[in-house]
Amino acid sequence: MHIVVCIKQVPDSAQIRVHPVTNTIMRQGVPTIVNPYDLFALESALELRDKLGAEVTVLTMGPPMAEDTLRKALGFGADRAVLLTDRAFAGSDTLATSFALAQAIRRIGEEWGVPEIVFTGKQTIDGDTAQVGPGIARRLGLNQVTYVSAITEVDPAAGTIALQRRAEGGVQELTTRLPALITMLEGSSEVRRGSLPDALRAARAQIVVWNAAQSGITDMAKTGLRGSPTVVKRVFAPPARAEKAELIDTTAKSHADLAEALIVRLYDRRPALETDLLRMAAGY
Amino acid sequence: MKKELPEHFKAYRHVWVFVEYEHGAIHPVSLELLGEGRKLADKLGVELAGVLLGADRDTMIEVAAEVWEHGADLVYMVADPILEHYRNEPFTQAVTDVVNTYKPEILLLGATVLGRDLAGSVATTLLTGLTADCTELAIDDERSLAATRPTFGGSLLCTIHTLNYRPQMATVRPRVLPMPPRQPGRTGRLIERALDMREDDVVTKVLRFLPDRDSAKSQLAYADIVVAGGLGLRSPENLQLVRALADVLGGDWGGSRPLVQKGWMPADRQIGQTGKTIRPKLYVAAGISGAIQHRVGVEGADLIIAINTDPNAPIFDFAHLGIVADAIEMLPALTEAFRRRLSVNRLAG
Amino acid sequence: MTDERFDAIVVGAGPSGNAAAYTMAKAGLNVLQLERGEYPGSKNVQGAILYANALERLMPDFRDDAPLERHVIEQRIWMMDDSSHTGMHYRSEMFNEDKPNRYTIIRAQFDRWFSRRVRDAGATLLCETTVTELLRDTKDRVIGVRTDRHGGALLADIVVLAEGVNGLIGQTSGLRQELKPKDVALAVKEMHFLPEEVIESRFGLRGAEGVVIEAMGTITKGMTGTGFLYTNRESISIGIGCLVDDFARTEQTPYGLLDAFKAHPSVAPLLAGSEVKEYAAHLIPEGGYNSVPKLFGDGWLVVGDAAHLVNAVHREGSNLAMTSGRLAGEIIVRLKRTREPCNEYNLVSYRKALDESFVMKDMKKYRKVPGLLHGNNQFLDLYPRLISQAAQTWLRVDGTDKISKEREIMRTVRSARGLRGLLGDVYKVARAWR
Repeated sequence: MHIVVCIKQVPDSAQIRVHPVTNTIMRQGVPTIVNPYDLFALESALELRDKLGAEVTVLTMGPPMAEDTLRKALGFGADRAVLLTDRAFAGSDTLATSFALAQAIRRIGEEWGVPEIVFTGKQTIDGDTAQVGPGIARRLGLNQVTYVSAITEVDPAAGTIALQRRAEGGVQELTTRLPALITMLEGSSEVRRGSLPDALRAARAQIVVWNAAQSGITDMAKTGLRGSPTVVKRVFAPPARAEKAELIDTTAKSHADLAEALIVRLYDRRPALETDLLRMAAGY
Repeated sequence: MKKELPEHFKAYRHVWVFVEYEHGAIHPVSLELLGEGRKLADKLGVELAGVLLGADRDTMIEVAAEVWEHGADLVYMVADPILEHYRNEPFTQAVTDVVNTYKPEILLLGATVLGRDLAGSVATTLLTGLTADCTELAIDDERSLAATRPTFGGSLLCTIHTLNYRPQMATVRPRVLPMPPRQPGRTGRLIERALDMREDDVVTKVLRFLPDRDSAKSQLAYADIVVAGGLGLRSPENLQLVRALADVLGGDWGGSRPLVQKGWMPADRQIGQTGKTIRPKLYVAAGISGAIQHRVGVEGADLIIAINTDPNAPIFDFAHLGIVADAIEMLPALTEAFRRRLSVNRLAG
Repeated sequence: MTDERFDAIVVGAGPSGNAAAYTMAKAGLNVLQLERGEYPGSKNVQGAILYANALERLMPDFRDDAPLERHVIEQRIWMMDDSSHTGMHYRSEMFNEDKPNRYTIIRAQFDRWFSRRVRDAGATLLCETTVTELLRDTKDRVIGVRTDRHGGALLADIVVLAEGVNGLIGQTSGLRQELKPKDVALAVKEMHFLPEEVIESRFGLRGAEGVVIEAMGTITKGMTGTGFLYTNRESISIGIGCLVDDFARTEQTPYGLLDAFKAHPSVAPLLAGSEVKEYAAHLIPEGGYNSVPKLFGDGWLVVGDAAHLVNAVHREGSNLAMTSGRLAGEIIVRLKRTREPCNEYNLVSYRKALDESFVMKDMKKYRKVPGLLHGNNQFLDLYPRLISQAAQTWLRVDGTDKISKEREIMRTVRSARGLRGLLGDVYKVARAWR
């Protein structure tokens, strides 16, 4: 059995800042991390590997330095890593990205066996769109199940898989047939710590690097900016509100006094709120 | 940036909203989208339509009434037993079929679990542009949809257009847009469409649906009073201070994203752009710095109180009232102060 | 689970570890490098200045692709009191040479690049792997390490300890003592974002030229320490640090010092309009020559900050680190070539190489300085104020004749310090300097 996990190297968004003058992103020195949701997907894949003896291939599309991300994944225990990198992919939106990744997965299938399951994380912390997984599923004709909280059973021989999916207001218990694309929710199990042999293997591994042509992409019009129907017209910091917060004066006041002062101001500005609270407290 | 819309897309007109209907009710986000959709349609001078999928035709016709009453001129309906539970294949097929037949220029969906599962599939099938989790929608001077959303983890905003493809698709999270008023008795037209699919064709089967026991959890987004804590609480135990204040005020509680990342709090209590967007009457942010991804999740609140030891914290840029103090001290002080005021009146009342 | 064997294990992927690993890998040795941080540089903090000469000796062509911020063309040394600074500036066109001598760098990026080169040279690097103990044989010789990853141990003929100032392995294995508070400084720094054009106009720079400011005086509130400000491409690194035992004695905090430094009227205009991007704190070994531990033994040796190889007077550390790493690597390569064991007897040549290089020569030269400054805080407190007062008197044109001005300056200095005090200070400095 062969499992492919799509992971992404993302900037550690907690550290991104806006340039105070030019209003652009300052990426300088921002460390990159593996998209945290993808690690849960990877862990799920590795658990299936432990149970069923599958092979796990990790795939990422990104700049050359995304190799570090793949090495990390190998260090957790993945068997193989593929980096899809090409300057032509720059500026890809989710449609162009799913196009390129889908083709790479096809090629991976040709080389090492068609994968029965493709995992992605729920969403990325930089794009947050959760669109690429469904896009890949559509293009490859995979049965798609998103927001999966647990994989209850996989039967490779019968080609079926039973899962639990987080839906609105509850959990769906589903079955579907393989091959499937699954996006995983953050789970209870943290991704494992790679053993020393795994870490050494990862450090020495040859990461397979493909550009567009090597992954079998012939129609370049479907990649990069050209292949992206969505266009970013403007990037900006949210306009500062004219009025900042009215600060309660804290000089020489105890916390109890401050609390009183705050409530007085609050009720002053929102008399209706006082009425609401009193009514609520009186049991209405 | 090519600005020429290909000829075959020029016939695409009207604004559509996918109406999410599950377990006997329309998801409020669809109604919120109808409200926004109405404004977009009016600006463009076109019609607003809802797309409604479900199992039972008679029930659905009643549901269509609710869609008209929230501003739609017309409802496209696909009724088929296959559509009883949400599954990706039949829903994608139904929606893309209706789109390809009736050609809308804009299609909006709620960024719910269902909506996100469906939108990506539909957009990829139609090979069109999709902008997710928008915080603002508008029509620009060239009649193109301007979809604004946070980017780079929420540090900035960006405005995205789908210039040369149709329909222009966008998803919006619940509570970002205001709920439009209901206009009882308002009606519109109904167009029905059959689903050309057999149950045997659908590979995914739903065995069971297990509803959440603690349904109060999903009420955070609709609470009128919310108290939330951030890293300023310094340790997970201090979340009980947040809950105590929320209890006294009869409200709900939550926290900012870092608390989920640290494992102090479950993800469904996260308030912010990638968590829950809230529009309460009163929001108290204790020990929260106020980064943009949090801001967009709470900006719709009527009155925001911020407590933070850092006078330069961005939260003070958009809060209405603030105290530069330690949340760990202020929360119990506020709880006590409110308790006294509210109980006095209970005695009196 | 068999243990893996290497020619050499290098603990740490900072400048000294990288220099050692690079030297050995290039010579064909099978080198394993272990870094406890998530990536090389994640645990390293520095101003930072790159001393090109030390790196050139390893990689003459490093300028081709190393991430370098600005090359330094101007050095300012400031003696500060609370409202002024008296400075000595040196700027020279000669620093705009083909192969500039000093650069400002950003450690996170630089270390990653350096590490990449080390790996390209053939070394194996494991990150997020902490060495938990040194393995010894029955004769107490070091034969390898154990890490916090399960699945075996790692063996090698030689373990190079490049674990930096916080390195625990050296301490827990009894190879050196814990750092004494008087021998280590705690420094904090921030990176402030400022557009390139603003930096260029504010400091009078063209292109990739850069300025370095080293500052002393009342900014350290009577404690032994210095402040600095370096120009990067689009940011400014600013920091300050003092000896740990000074912090314990007074009630100052490092960030309090930094805030005051940033607010100083000489400094604040340089930072105006900038946005703070990053905070970092780090320890710097400042005990000098007399605090250098045992540098080698059977199967092990120490390089870089872990060996306390820092020239605090000139604020040099990374070049000593790289040089010690390189020398260590060269010795090990030689021993391997001649098939000699890496035992204490043979590793004496590492110490000898260090002694013959600027590393130990400079450390030795300034070995009395830590002692000088300790308990002599007139140098960092009184003198800066006196100098400022003298400059004020001298530069003000207020109708007083110049001879009277000179007399007044002499009087102020004499009364503040006394003739014996003054002579004593001159003597102390002279002794410590040489």
